[in-house]
Amino acid sequence: MRKKWDIKLEVLGGLLALLWLAPFYLMFVNSFKSKKEIFMDTISLPAEWNFDNYITAFEELDFMRTLFNSLLITIVSVVLIIVFSAMAAYALSRAKSKLSTVLFFVFVAAMLIPFQSVMIPLVTVFGQFEMLNRGGLIFMYLGFGASLSIFLYHGALNNVSRSLDEAATIDGANRWQVFWYIIFPILKPITVTVAILNIIWIWNDYLLPSLVINTPGSETIPLKMFFFFGEYTKQWHLALAGLTLAIIPVIIFYFIAQREIIKGVSDGAVK
Amino acid sequence: MRTKDLSYWLFLAPVLLALTLVVIVPMLLGVYYSFTSWNGIVTGEFVGLQNYIDLFKDERFLDSLWFTTKFSIVSVILINIIGLSLALLVTGRVRSSKLLRTTFFMPNLIGGLILGFIWQFIFIKVFASVGEIIGMESLQGWLSTTDTGFWGLVILMSWQMAGYIMVIYIAYLEGMPKELLEASEIDGASTFQRFRYIVFPLVAPAFTVSMFLTLSNSFKLYDQNLSLTGGGPYNSTEMVAMEIFKTAFTQNAFAYAQAKAVIFFVIVAIIALVQVYLNKRKEVEM
Repeated sequence: MRKKWDIKLEVLGGLLALLWLAPFYLMFVNSFKSKKEIFMDTISLPAEWNFDNYITAFEELDFMRTLFNSLLITIVSVVLIIVFSAMAAYALSRAKSKLSTVLFFVFVAAMLIPFQSVMIPLVTVFGQFEMLNRGGLIFMYLGFGASLSIFLYHGALNNVSRSLDEAATIDGANRWQVFWYIIFPILKPITVTVAILNIIWIWNDYLLPSLVINTPGSETIPLKMFFFFGEYTKQWHLALAGLTLAIIPVIIFYFIAQREIIKGVSDGAVK
Repeated sequence: MRTKDLSYWLFLAPVLLALTLVVIVPMLLGVYYSFTSWNGIVTGEFVGLQNYIDLFKDERFLDSLWFTTKFSIVSVILINIIGLSLALLVTGRVRSSKLLRTTFFMPNLIGGLILGFIWQFIFIKVFASVGEIIGMESLQGWLSTTDTGFWGLVILMSWQMAGYIMVIYIAYLEGMPKELLEASEIDGASTFQRFRYIVFPLVAPAFTVSMFLTLSNSFKLYDQNLSLTGGGPYNSTEMVAMEIFKTAFTQNAFAYAQAKAVIFFVIVAIIALVQVYLNKRKEVEM
């Protein structure tokens, strides 16, 4: 039976979609207006598409540098999380023993701990070891991100037959080779999910970088955005241009990897 | 691979080290500190349960806990209703299904901090100017009162998370056997009957997942709270996560803040464990 088309439903969907996009529309059109124009009218298109606000916001946000910081921290953290979590999940799933079960349980249980519960000692301890910098931040992301990633990899690995490991071992491959040449490539779908979940989280994270990064010039986008917004609270035209700039990289990412993103997020939540 | 092998430990070493130093040690230290008068610089002395006794008399903390609870209940209900409706809509007889999914899901990708700032503009500026045009007094002064701050947060969170929850419901709806629906349609079941007797029981597991996901996300909310209302006016829209942060870093009462953080952990853990319990029970039934 083919699905009939329901025009009323279609119109309703369209209207809701417009409602959903309205905040982005309002941000976008007002980011081109002058302060006075915003005061007069926040709904209509700008009288002229003036890029002055963007030039100021771009400079004030030190945008290229901030973007680079966000990219650097996100990419390095996510790569480390993938590599080390996949390896750990492999060890835990292949060496079946009480110890593995306990360790797996510890990793999963750690997911229950909200950030605020460890934040204060974490910052003090890392501060004492002069680790409140980008390196320290990446290490912390590994610690916080490992649990969910191991959990997801562990689930996927239980469906990968051990006979593959055995065959490769008989052919003379060592553990390292078996894992990287045979097993890891099979895990690609879950690797995409792990990557996406961690990218979204780390890219948007504000609180942890705000506590860890305190050298000017090392700020990530959310962090810089917070300072920028604080400075321009009463100047919405500049604030909105800055917000639009901050969102652009995410929109590009969404357009490129839309299918993988939605699939990854739904897999991550349901499992 | 066996647990005795060196390779076992080498494969595990990086994450074990990171988890220990980043989560386990701070958590244990945190529990210890919560029984002291530590202020970040001086270790302080052991004060027993004093911090815990104090926090149950701390009106600001209790207010934030109450505000967080109210907020979480309202958002869980709204987000799930909207999310499920959107899921039913996009899996229904529409041609623009893919485009709609993309649109509804979009806010989730953007950080809470940035979304909060965008909505701050909408509530303060756009609401005011629209209110002036259509002559609605109630659209003025949003976020300047406790109530408008509360509903502002609820609207922001519903808008952001409904698309996420929609994706989860879609996963269950699309996994539903089509023959069942078709058979019921041929047998003359109404839309409502189909939903009540076929769709609803089959997506029931999605409710557990979605409810707890929204509950724990709402309860732990920080970024949106910070950027939308900043806790104002007069700390009346301050949620627990922000209250802990301010106790620690504005008032420098580290040990006291840590005691609050331990209570926070206990509440969040209970929520999660109830979910695990409910899931397990369902598995047994099936």
